[in-house]
Amino acid sequence: MLTISGIQEGFVLDHIQAGMSLQIYHDLKLDELDCTVAIIKNVKSNKMGRKDILKVECPIEALDLDILGFIDHNITVNVIKDNSIVEKKILHLPKQVKNVIKCKNPRCISSVEQELDQIFILSDSEKEVYRCKYCEEKYANPRRR
Amino acid sequence: MRHLMSPLDFSVEELDALLDLANDIEKYPEKYAHACAGKKLATCFYEPSTRTRLSFEAAMLNLGGSVLGFSSADSSSAAKGESVSDTIRVISCYADICAMRHPKEGAPLVASQKSTIPVINAGDGGHQHPTQTLTDLLTIRSLKGELGNITIGLCGDLKFGRTVHSLIHALIRYPNVRFVLISPEELRVPSYIREDVLEAKHIPYTEVERLEDAMPELDILYMTRVQKERFFNEEDYIRLKDYYVLTKAKMELAKKDMLVLHPLPRVNEISVEVDDDPRAAYFRQAQYGVYVRMALILTLLEIKVE
Repeated sequence: MLTISGIQEGFVLDHIQAGMSLQIYHDLKLDELDCTVAIIKNVKSNKMGRKDILKVECPIEALDLDILGFIDHNITVNVIKDNSIVEKKILHLPKQVKNVIKCKNPRCISSVEQELDQIFILSDSEKEVYRCKYCEEKYANPRRR
Repeated sequence: MRHLMSPLDFSVEELDALLDLANDIEKYPEKYAHACAGKKLATCFYEPSTRTRLSFEAAMLNLGGSVLGFSSADSSSAAKGESVSDTIRVISCYADICAMRHPKEGAPLVASQKSTIPVINAGDGGHQHPTQTLTDLLTIRSLKGELGNITIGLCGDLKFGRTVHSLIHALIRYPNVRFVLISPEELRVPSYIREDVLEAKHIPYTEVERLEDAMPELDILYMTRVQKERFFNEEDYIRLKDYYVLTKAKMELAKKDMLVLHPLPRVNEISVEVDDDPRAAYFRQAQYGVYVRMALILTLLEIKVE
């Protein structure tokens, strides 16, 4: 059994879909933070069969919950202080995401306009559908469960 | 300051007011002949569309205003690589209102974010063409008396036809509207419109393959063109193409007061012999297009005529 020690202050992202932790590591730009990160893959889970976990030792403000909610709002965010869980954050689908994904429609103005923000807007929260703000092209999230 | 990007930007009440204004313009054109004196409309057309551009220009000239602009990307600074955001900032210094046609979807929206003058989407790729929808709504309301309580047949290319999609979105806001969708299998209305719009909102509709089968029940027939290249094989095209050509013989199956609409240009999907039928309303529709654009310019410029 692999043992990874607890963290003093930071957060634990639990219930990450197995195999997605590295992707999330990059999406959250954790590689740009000067902190300790543990990427734990393929952990046995009663709920999910297999899951990934990320442990990050850094202030919670450094985490963009909107991006995380967009990536997978089923992830559990545990906020840690003094080695214990002080808060469980509930993720929501953000109303819009800016500069996280790109519109794939070659006819969209965002494919040619200089320095235009790539903005996607939540158009159907039930079906978790995001559409490009400019051309309304649907974004199919490959990471959605 | 308001812009017009999609036909649904206006609420039903706002739309009613706009169409009322358009009808008043139709009735008393002289009252509005100088309403926009001293005002300038910029027509920024990054791709050619003669009818839409001339309709906008006629609308502004009828209001006593002036027009300036360009009619293709080649003759604009876009050819030098200027962004839409920069172009509209400059145009904002020259004109009071702008109508923009652009091949890239969402370009008028990008312009509206940086503009200090109202921007009208005059067509952005296959995305939206709101003034065509306003034209269709004004035509139906003027000639039928209301936008509800109608059975409308949409015929032809229902898969790629943005005018048809916009019209469906606009008409479902009115009571008791029934759709008859007339198209070959390959060109059916996309499933997201059938499922997420019509079925989700319990709007009655039927789908048929032959125009003749639908004719007797229609109050309005909205024709669009079926292009040969949209078919998967030549055989299907040959088998089906005549179903979507409106002829005098097919008009005999229709109600005496049915209206035929078409966004134009027509190629061969409506036989010329139908033009003299009093139910052929497509050229009147083009006239209504000018009235509704006049009403739109006045509304967006917040000019009130007593």
